[in-house]
Amino acid sequence: MTGCLVLAAINFHAILFYVFAILACGFAIGVVVADNVVRMALYLVLSLGATAGLFFLAGAEFIGAMQLMIYVGGTLVLLVFGVMLTAQAPFVSIKTSAGDRVLAGVVAASLLALLLQAAFSVEAWRRPGLGEVGQPASTPIGTALVGVRVDEPPAGAPQGVRSGYLLPFEIVSVHLLVVLVGAAYLARAKRRRTPRAIEVAASVNPTAEMRRQARGSASALAAGGSR
Amino acid sequence: MADFLINSVGLPPWLAWTAVAGVAAFLILNVIAGGALVFIWAERKIAARIQDRLGPTRTGGRFGWLQSLADGIKLLAKEDLMPEGADGLLFRIAPYVSFCASFCAFIALPFAFDFVGQRLNVGVFFVVAVLGLEVFGVILAGYASASKWSLFGAMREAAQVVSYEVPLGMCVVVPVMLAGTMDLVTIAEKQAGWFTNWYLFHDPFTFVVFWVYVTCAVASVNRAPFDLAEAESELVAGFHTEYSGLRWSFFFMAEYGSMFLVSALAAVLFLGGWNGPVPVATLLGLSEGTSDTAHYFVRLIGCGNLLLKATLGVLVMMWIRWTLPRLRIDQVMTTCLKYCTPIAAVMFAGAMLWQLFLPGGLLPGLSRPAGEVREGWLPGPGGAAVRPTQRTDEASVAEVRP
Repeated sequence: MTGCLVLAAINFHAILFYVFAILACGFAIGVVVADNVVRMALYLVLSLGATAGLFFLAGAEFIGAMQLMIYVGGTLVLLVFGVMLTAQAPFVSIKTSAGDRVLAGVVAASLLALLLQAAFSVEAWRRPGLGEVGQPASTPIGTALVGVRVDEPPAGAPQGVRSGYLLPFEIVSVHLLVVLVGAAYLARAKRRRTPRAIEVAASVNPTAEMRRQARGSASALAAGGSR
Repeated sequence: MADFLINSVGLPPWLAWTAVAGVAAFLILNVIAGGALVFIWAERKIAARIQDRLGPTRTGGRFGWLQSLADGIKLLAKEDLMPEGADGLLFRIAPYVSFCASFCAFIALPFAFDFVGQRLNVGVFFVVAVLGLEVFGVILAGYASASKWSLFGAMREAAQVVSYEVPLGMCVVVPVMLAGTMDLVTIAEKQAGWFTNWYLFHDPFTFVVFWVYVTCAVASVNRAPFDLAEAESELVAGFHTEYSGLRWSFFFMAEYGSMFLVSALAAVLFLGGWNGPVPVATLLGLSEGTSDTAHYFVRLIGCGNLLLKATLGVLVMMWIRWTLPRLRIDQVMTTCLKYCTPIAAVMFAGAMLWQLFLPGGLLPGLSRPAGEVREGWLPGPGGAAVRPTQRTDEASVAEVRP
């Protein structure tokens, strides 16, 4: 009876795992195959949502909620501010060239090979069914990333100083922020300053410079109107 | 309940768990759908009374109480239209995305101590995260409709919801900080007793932060005076201009579901959850564990309490909607960034300092039961209070030691 119970429980869990895994992988392929940006975003959200489902299934509720908050919500903001504000026309379809496809395929295949190799090199995963793993929850490099070195202090450092990788980590974050700002600048709609805008600005804050510009543009407008 | 089905009825476990999950999902679905029916009728009546009209009077005899059902049948019979230039897949899927987000957030919402779909130890976080996803359906709808009205409405909604998540999150953090946990069940449990134990009356800062929460909640579920996404006077109907029939009603159900959800969340976080203003059950001696009947009776009273509080919250939202004029989009943003966010931040700091320097409240004997241990102390396995920070320190040391 107990054996039957355990078997049923395992199957139940495994079925849900496969459902979420297939959903995540299928929608990930959908992201690659789709040619409309918003559809891609939808598939990406669904794929990331299925990944969050995997986390919830594993009992990691905090990571699952984080996944929903950061990745799914982040895709949302990406969709709105990255895609819609830069789109030139509705329902633009993106055709990838064959060269790009080959290049992307090579990169993806090499990354997959690396990840698979790393995944199958984990001792506990080779034999399924061994649930209890004596792995530490946080590895030394993980703690070092948040500034706590539990291994040897760096060579040549004064006694008692154990600087982690927190500073490089933060520098990378700031670098990412700079990249984001730069991307927003590049993608920004290039608006010409219209005479109307100058007039409004002049009426709000009538400095001499503005007034001169407004007068010039007004005469230009009048000239344009008379032409 | 699953254990009962397995042990007493003799169902196989997978069937029992599926049945329990089905029952929970069915009940939550009925809270949303049945709630929407009642609230639509209530909204019509309240709007009519505020505007000095009668509202529906004939359908179903007195008070027009069958009006929502008649509306539902009308919606079922309507033709399902789709604009010619629309993106078919996205147009069809958008209402379901909205509704699913609203529905999923209910999973972690406790209705009484045991009446919770899935008790999560990060319940608050989960609810806020999932609630933010509802806007995705709105954006999809606005984009896929291939209509300018829809796109404008969706963009406004996106800007508004993304902005209001910031002060909303700050308001939600205050009760989490007072309770020392993100578990909604525990947060509500800590406010048991008289109504003075509610976090609303905990200190002046929480009292103010509650009203900031109300403002942000009304804005985040996109109700007037913040309903820029479907401003009827400017955008026809905003993001659902092109929708008709049942798909349109899914958006409506998602909206009413979210209204109910944020009200229930306010009740759990600030208004004592399922604990009534007066601890009737304790006064009557029906405390936990006396008998199974008493146990369920107390739970049912608690469930009624929470539903009543959430319904009152929804009614207040309707009252606000039909009383206040709509804000402009720049006023909406000003309210969020210049008022709600700074006030929430200051109140957060204030509540923190209050916890540090006046942890017992101004009148400790009156407002707090003696000997209660709060803020960050959790009952350990042996009933002794174990400080979580110490425990994690020891645990992390034990973990990194190979």
